[in-house]
Amino acid sequence: MAIALIIAIPKMPRWDRVKKSFFNGEVLGETFPKLLDAFVLDIKIFLWSVPIILFIAMLVAVTRNSRSPALFPLRILAVVYVDVMRGVPVLLWIYLIGFGVPGLGLERPWNSPLLWGSVALVLTYATYVSEVFRAGIESVHESQRAAARSLGLSNAQTMRHVVLPQAVRRVIPPLMNDMVSLQKDVALVSLIGPIEILRQAGIDKSKFASFTPYVGAAIIFLAITIPMTRTTDWLLERERRRTSGTRVS
Amino acid sequence: MRRLAVIFAAASSLALFACSDDSDSDTTTTEASSEAGAGNECTAGKTLEDGVLTIATGTPAYSPWVIDDAPESKEGFEAAVAYAVAEELGFSDANVKWVRTSFDEAIQPGAKNFDFNLQQYSITDERKETVSFSDPYYTTNQAMVGLEGSAAAGVGTLADLKSIKFGAQSGTTSLDFITEVIQPDTEPYVYDDNAAAKAALEAGQVDAIVVDLPTAFYIAAVEIEGASVVGQFAADLSGQADEFGLVFDLENPLVDCVNTALATLKDDGTLAEIESTWLNETGAPVISE
Repeated sequence: MAIALIIAIPKMPRWDRVKKSFFNGEVLGETFPKLLDAFVLDIKIFLWSVPIILFIAMLVAVTRNSRSPALFPLRILAVVYVDVMRGVPVLLWIYLIGFGVPGLGLERPWNSPLLWGSVALVLTYATYVSEVFRAGIESVHESQRAAARSLGLSNAQTMRHVVLPQAVRRVIPPLMNDMVSLQKDVALVSLIGPIEILRQAGIDKSKFASFTPYVGAAIIFLAITIPMTRTTDWLLERERRRTSGTRVS
Repeated sequence: MRRLAVIFAAASSLALFACSDDSDSDTTTTEASSEAGAGNECTAGKTLEDGVLTIATGTPAYSPWVIDDAPESKEGFEAAVAYAVAEELGFSDANVKWVRTSFDEAIQPGAKNFDFNLQQYSITDERKETVSFSDPYYTTNQAMVGLEGSAAAGVGTLADLKSIKFGAQSGTTSLDFITEVIQPDTEPYVYDDNAAAKAALEAGQVDAIVVDLPTAFYIAAVEIEGASVVGQFAADLSGQADEFGLVFDLENPLVDCVNTALATLKDDGTLAEIESTWLNETGAPVISE
């Protein structure tokens, strides 16, 4: 089918126009360096967001799994936070937090859209990731906790030394999935001002009246996301070998 | 599964070739439109639909270019220009059909669903690679809108503007003007539309936004409370003024007919009259070198 398409498409009557709009070498050459420059901002936002996301997500997941009756209000808080943040499109949070919070009267540099856009991303992605962690924690068999407690470990120690190490290892693949998704959603921050790669592509699209810059951006995105997904596959494979030892093919 | 794929490929390519046949037969209808109000000799056989002029504008279309997003009412500068051009080409009002497109739809490579498109497209050499432009129907300057009391208020020269944080709409010549002519110390912020630019202005994230002059007056007067047109930029700053042209499918023969019509409208003062009816362009201080 791929071969049929490769042969048939260039024979179409307006292929020349499509080629000029989407695969224009000249435009690509002229815009690609600027796209790469703009992509640095995407990577920066990604890199400073991820550690905070993981930290908040872990905190929320552990809170939701706590069993002490005294922590009930905290559990409720965690549930409400996850339900509300996760149930609303990221886009709205970016507008609401990115324009709304600075609009309350913050002075520069504290009203930066980069800062508050990142906060919006962190707060929404922390809920997705916390659900992944929670699933991991719940997948650890109750007997593990019982064994740990019978050895004299406290609740906190059980969580820290017995449950979490197993839980986190199990959820690395879905975690990577969220990271790939975050890598693309970073572009949403451009809606409130900062020029990152998709915005730069949009600007050049209008300037050259050509969609080629988007193809350039896609190439750059793939150069990051494909290695990320391959790494996930490799982690998954390693985990299977480590835990089961055999493989049915 | 593979067999299914082959059938699909065959079917879809058949369908595509069938489409191309259609478009051939469309372009060969060249009956002379002799009826009154259905075009003149120049336009015969060159419009999308015989005897009908299909005009596109934005979705939505903004004031003061089209009032209340209703071009059929002839209210607003571009709506009025469109009907004046149509009349000059011999189309009665009844034979003018409006369609809506986004900026992207107008420049996409496929067949167009309009004869011409007007939504403040600035004429640039790069864009001429993918679409055709008419001669300009309006020439304007870039202008700056800021909140009263902001860092942008009261500046007189280009040099004063370096430290200002700018905002602009993506894909506009206004943005090019910021990056190429003003060259501020920090990168401008860029937005999808004026609603977002306005929010940024109110949040203090930008000091000023750059738009074309009539839009600037409209934003300052109607859309953003406490905003004013801080200044307009002298045309010689960027080497050329901002010129708006009608957008056509590449190499559309209708362009020549429309250019003749526009020349007539310019000569007999109709265009100037429409301009003074719909666009307010007075009273903005000029910012120069």
